[in-house]
Amino acid sequence: MKHLLSTRDFDREAAIRILDVAEDMAQTAHREVRKLPPLRGKTIVNLFFEDSTRTRLSFESAAKRLSADVITVSAKGSSVSKGESLKDTAQTLVAMGADAIVVRHHHSGAAHQLAHAGWIDAAIINAGDGTHEHPTQALLDAFTIRARRFGDSSRGHDLAGLRVVIVGDILHSRVARSNVWLLTTLGAEVHIVAPRTLLPHGVEHWPVRVHEHLDSALATAPDAVMMLRIQGERMRDAFFPSTREYAREWGLTTERLALLGPDTMVMHPGPMNRGLEISSAAADSERSTVLAQVTNGVSIRMAVLYLLVAGSSSVADPAGGEK
Amino acid sequence: MTTLLIRGASLLGTQTEDVRIRDGVITARGTLTPEYGERVIDARGLIALPGFVDLHTHLREPGGEASETVLTGTRAAAAGGFTAVHAMANTSPVADTAGVVEQVARLGDLHGYASVRPVGAVTVGLAGEQLAEIGAMARSAARVRVFSDDGHCVHDPLLMRRALEYVSTFDGVVAQHAEEPRLTVGAQMNEGVLSGELGLTGWPAAAEEAIIARDVLLAEHVGARLHVCHLSTAGSVDVVRWAKARGIAVTAEVTPHHLLLTEELARGYDARFKVNPPLRRNEDVLALRAALGDGTIDIVATDHAPHPTEAKECTWGEASFGMVGLESALSVVQHSVIDTGILIWADVARVLSSVPATIGRLDGYAHPLEVGSPANIALVDPAHSRVWGADDLRGRSINTPYLGRQLPGRIVHTVHRGVLTVDDGALVEPEALAAAHQEVARG
Repeated sequence: MKHLLSTRDFDREAAIRILDVAEDMAQTAHREVRKLPPLRGKTIVNLFFEDSTRTRLSFESAAKRLSADVITVSAKGSSVSKGESLKDTAQTLVAMGADAIVVRHHHSGAAHQLAHAGWIDAAIINAGDGTHEHPTQALLDAFTIRARRFGDSSRGHDLAGLRVVIVGDILHSRVARSNVWLLTTLGAEVHIVAPRTLLPHGVEHWPVRVHEHLDSALATAPDAVMMLRIQGERMRDAFFPSTREYAREWGLTTERLALLGPDTMVMHPGPMNRGLEISSAAADSERSTVLAQVTNGVSIRMAVLYLLVAGSSSVADPAGGEK
Repeated sequence: MTTLLIRGASLLGTQTEDVRIRDGVITARGTLTPEYGERVIDARGLIALPGFVDLHTHLREPGGEASETVLTGTRAAAAGGFTAVHAMANTSPVADTAGVVEQVARLGDLHGYASVRPVGAVTVGLAGEQLAEIGAMARSAARVRVFSDDGHCVHDPLLMRRALEYVSTFDGVVAQHAEEPRLTVGAQMNEGVLSGELGLTGWPAAAEEAIIARDVLLAEHVGARLHVCHLSTAGSVDVVRWAKARGIAVTAEVTPHHLLLTEELARGYDARFKVNPPLRRNEDVLALRAALGDGTIDIVATDHAPHPTEAKECTWGEASFGMVGLESALSVVQHSVIDTGILIWADVARVLSSVPATIGRLDGYAHPLEVGSPANIALVDPAHSRVWGADDLRGRSINTPYLGRQLPGRIVHTVHRGVLTVDDGALVEPEALAAAHQEVARG
């Protein structure tokens, strides 16, 4: 695998491999010296056309822990905001020696184009493209579910037999798309819930069960409930009448929280709209994995950077430490 | 006096005869003997068709000269066998006054590669608010008969009604870009399973079909002619078929690319495949071909839409809509509807020449290849086959969706008003072309 563009690009074995390497990476977080050497001398560029403090910091931390040199380019205040094209920006970065480009872009397909248009030769990692995909988010979600369910014996496991309910703005969500493909590949049963207005056209062809009402989905006794961020502006485009009605019909309220089984995870990719798609009681409950997701995000991104950038020679010993 | 003798071509793909052209007019057919000083074209194995008439071309001049000019666009047209093009109004300034349309028409005459028939804007500045000076454009030297806000839909139903009524006063036609704007806000590709997967905002078929349905009812109510641009869905075909059965004066066009390409091409996010209306499903492609075969769709029009490289070398969402199509039109038509047995060559003369000329009220195309008709002719080698490349383009822009695709057919010669614009596959250069036109004019 040269690039990470979509969770459709890999099969079950490859997905488990990434999760297992992330387990190795997570272990190193407990060492006294947390920095590993494998990307020493490599340059990772975080190219963010869209603001995202959380994802940017996660990739920066991951690259630094692997001893890479990290350059972060944000659209604001750079030549990107002065009308430079994606092609020119990418070629400039590669001319300066970038080995990998982590790209976040507001247009779907931007990462795919960097990888395949023939403009540059560098590993491309999709950190979210428009309303298309956000593969590292899905990987960290799968990692989180697996770690919660299997604990220290997670290695080698897929998610067969687990049921995951994804709730919210599926239409505009790259997190939902990446999760649907990845969780399905890993054997999980995926349910999605949203008002009809926020379901993509043709969703009946997706490998999921679709619910229009949250209560019917929660009645399936899911292992994890993933709440997606809902943008209040959507109601101006008539996707739903009011945030109040949305919260009542599709929000994880305190009452609905009480209906969940004791082991059901409550997930959210962040940032959360407390009181809208998720109540504070749910966000702060024992079931919540929100902070674990953030921590695991660094491990997953370390694994991805390591597998794509370090080169096959050192794959056998990812966390081998100083020699 | 200039004469040209075309020997041995199959006329309209039926009988083989020689054709003599003198002073811009077809003067004789049959078995003819070369005369002294006559240019003889050995056309054995070639099919002679009337010069093609495109009802939907973007020449970009004035204002968009980085993409195309009247000169480069008509050179592309000639290379594709076209002898007349209708230049869409979305230039800068917009072709919404007599001054702009006369300038565009004059440039076409000056260069001599093809007749340029300007299309007038329906509304001032294509803004959809106020009727443009339709009468002034109709009475100008450019004699505009086709009016369109193409690129934008005349979406206000009252304004559309008035436009249909007012344009009919001048024997004109409104060519509607059928796209309900509220249903297509931010739209990037056909709405379906694939748009959901790719995360690209969908352009639903209903946004086209709803406007066509509304417009045919308006055309019936006010008794005016309506032309529907670039039909792209099976549902649109059904609406037009219903309207024609009811006796409504509606005509419809399909582009070559909608006869061949499908939405699957969006998968790689290569913006060369981004076009408006978008590429649709395979079912739609098959319905459009069948509709062209049974006459529900009247004509093929290219929607030749040149763009500079940078407008396509960017993310799909940022890229411009449109594809060039003049040079490849005949090859794509041959591939999609001739080689599949839906049309014969004589039908191509109809859908690419005589009927578009009739819709546009363009004289000289009513009696293809007949003695006494103006000599506008395309000579096609149907046995030729090639891998389409940028070298096959003759305009200023290279945003073709066919790169690397095997396509049949080739334009070997094009005759415009009795003068060769394409000779043995090569464009005649401007100086030689101007001299030849002058000689014809002297008689």
